[in-house]
Amino acid sequence: MLAISVLMILPIVYIFNNAFKPYHELFVYPPTFFVREPSLQNFVELMLVTSNSIVPISRYLFNSVFVALLSVISVTVVSVLCAYPLSKHNFPGKKFIFSTIILMLMFTPEVIQIPRYLVVSSLGILNTYWGHLLPALALPVGVFLLKQFIDQIPDSLMEASRIDGANEIVVLARIVVPMSMPAIATVAILAFQNAWGNIDTSSLFMQDDEMKTFPFFLSTLTSNLANNVARQGAAAVAALILLVPNLIFFVILQSKVISTMAHSGIK
Amino acid sequence: MLSKIWSYRTSYLFIAPFLICFTLFIVVPIIASVCLSFTYYNGIERPRFIGWSNYQYLIAQDMIFLKYALPNTFKFAVIVGPGGYAAAFLLAWLISRLRGSYRKWVALAMYTPSLTIGTAMTIIWLPLLSGDRIGYLNSFLLKIGFIDVPKLWVTQPQLLMNSMIAVTLWSSMGVGFLAMLAGILNVDKTLYEAGRIDGIRNHLQELWFITIPSMKPQMLFGAVMAIVTTFKTGAIGVELSGQNPTPQYAGHLIVNHINDYGFIRFEMGYASTISVFLLIFMYFANKLSWKLFGSKEE
Repeated sequence: MLAISVLMILPIVYIFNNAFKPYHELFVYPPTFFVREPSLQNFVELMLVTSNSIVPISRYLFNSVFVALLSVISVTVVSVLCAYPLSKHNFPGKKFIFSTIILMLMFTPEVIQIPRYLVVSSLGILNTYWGHLLPALALPVGVFLLKQFIDQIPDSLMEASRIDGANEIVVLARIVVPMSMPAIATVAILAFQNAWGNIDTSSLFMQDDEMKTFPFFLSTLTSNLANNVARQGAAAVAALILLVPNLIFFVILQSKVISTMAHSGIK
Repeated sequence: MLSKIWSYRTSYLFIAPFLICFTLFIVVPIIASVCLSFTYYNGIERPRFIGWSNYQYLIAQDMIFLKYALPNTFKFAVIVGPGGYAAAFLLAWLISRLRGSYRKWVALAMYTPSLTIGTAMTIIWLPLLSGDRIGYLNSFLLKIGFIDVPKLWVTQPQLLMNSMIAVTLWSSMGVGFLAMLAGILNVDKTLYEAGRIDGIRNHLQELWFITIPSMKPQMLFGAVMAIVTTFKTGAIGVELSGQNPTPQYAGHLIVNHINDYGFIRFEMGYASTISVFLLIFMYFANKLSWKLFGSKEE
């Protein structure tokens, strides 16, 4: 068991080590796995590589952070808003909507890239932050997980506060949201992972370089890396920057994620 | 009816934001994809209706699709889908048997690879699988005497597919895996005691008669997510080999075929036909898992 988990984690350890390897260690033969003389040389190189390009790296990073934060907030808000009525109200069409969401859970957005591009361009949001944000809002997994979680909250709690004169918004904010915090945290993580690593919106919907995100910039660094010595170090650092926020988020919220997933079954 | 709908206006107001985005970016594209698949459309001129001929071309004449994309996707999906799924379940089960606080860290170790989506993936795997002696895997295998010449893991057609499968399996422990882990941890403990009284002797019987039946909903969710990840990692061949199309189409999957026609040749109508085909493919894969794991009550 431990052996398998070590095997799984090896490449991650490798990212960490590589980022701190000076050049003479990156290309040493036989290759070493662990870094011997850690240095910050690669970080400096990443700065240098980007400081003489037209768009500074800070702009890419800003785009990524901005889009990721915005989409975490809006995805959670939009998903909670949608999941609560789906779980606790009995409006006409509810069954149909929920089964459509489950159906769409099965499809990856990758297979419908072309019409999606047409939709985005006809909405006139190419090259804007909306183009990064709006497609990310449609996250069926988020609504699904939240709905399943809210199903577990007893109806009597909501009835009680309705009798006390609370309207739906108050019920949602005072009872549903605090009680489904684990699920909200999970959806936030998923939304963050989605937005942070996404290069599709940058490569398809953004034409101007200053609107693209950090992962896209990273992919330009790494294209044809296989037969390329230059920039290996910079790329290693960039990968580290891409991975670490995901990791931190997940470690902090891990127990919440697991408790959400306990209700994740499709019945 | 209308007054009933009106009385639920807050519900509709609440779900509206999601539903609008959902319709715009998922439902409409799927419908548009189906419509475009019957046209000739190059992205500049207006789509021209040409009936079934895209489909005819796809299933009768597109040799690259028939000879490479389809069998490759099939092989890839059959191994990575059920393989990754079974691995996820087994690992989740093993983790659930661990005690104490380090269960958490093992789970983290399993989940982390699925975080390294897209580009970061190539940074890890390219040096590991690099074709010369400097590649970590080659260097290691040479040292223990398993091979005598460095292998071209990602550029030799026969090996590329295996590398793709290995990398995808490595990164496939995502949300579905977490769901199954939580499902196993949440099985009612009293069921096991009852089972022991009824004559269940070993852990395998426990797994088969108690654990699996009580976490069917999570198993189904896991299966759906496994299918989604299988197709999501479709571009891995291009990323690993650094070439599009991959050497001798060895890692050419349906997703690559769509990209090839849609964004390189700008034959969007035909590319839509391929995506509709892939959607149907995925739909039936899901139907199958629904049959296997779906609850019988409904």
